[in-house]
Amino acid sequence: MPPTADLRDRPWVDPSTSAPPLALPVAARRLIDEAVAAGYPHETCGLLVGRFAPGRTEVVRAAQAANLNTERAADRYELDPADFHRIETAADADGLEVVGIWHSHPDVAPIPSETDHVRAWDGYAYLIVRVGDAGAEEWRSWLRDGETFREQAIHVAASDEESTP
Amino acid sequence: MSQTTVRIPTPLRKFTGGAKEVPVTGATVGEALADLTAQHEGLKATLYDESGELRRFVNIFVGSTDARTNGGLAAEIPAGQSLSIIPAVAGGHR
Repeated sequence: MPPTADLRDRPWVDPSTSAPPLALPVAARRLIDEAVAAGYPHETCGLLVGRFAPGRTEVVRAAQAANLNTERAADRYELDPADFHRIETAADADGLEVVGIWHSHPDVAPIPSETDHVRAWDGYAYLIVRVGDAGAEEWRSWLRDGETFREQAIHVAASDEESTP
Repeated sequence: MSQTTVRIPTPLRKFTGGAKEVPVTGATVGEALADLTAQHEGLKATLYDESGELRRFVNIFVGSTDARTNGGLAAEIPAGQSLSIIPAVAGGHR
């Protein structure tokens, strides 16, 4: 499959194969939708908590974290490590783990940028949301696999577990 | 020497044979991490730079306190507190 125009200048995205899908409960999607809209025009970020299941990355809930990069909040994020610790500790208590990171791209396509690539951690799902002044516009998720990202389909499903802030 | 555990984040578990937590011995963060990297050699390059300092993309928490705010590798580990390696997560569209 030839790279689409928006991927041609991003060699850190491997368009040849897709990764197992990201299963996202509707409550988690709602939390992220509201957070990215409230944060616009700045970037907002948080974590995806769940489990790596056979054949899919299963999100149980999403949580928001503070963006410590206040100087360049319009195009950068730096997730507060204290929030990471707090969210991971709660995940641990529930037998879950941090499976990925979500963040917004204000007015920009939800494709991993060079900054996203340079700072990526192997094995996490990177869910990116393009947000405009009317709210979330486009969702794409990318699994970091070694030194590249592979896109993963997003399956939104109802869940009885609520997302927590 | 006190015993504690280090919580390993998902991206680094390839270096610990999949283990989420590793028991270690040490009174300070530096001693505990030295024991950790002696057990799991592959973590060394991720945790330390060439001069032996903690990489800035890695945070170590003692309990719920960032060790950098409390002496870094010299930070003491109070009895009953465990350590967590927290990846510094960052990015952005430009």
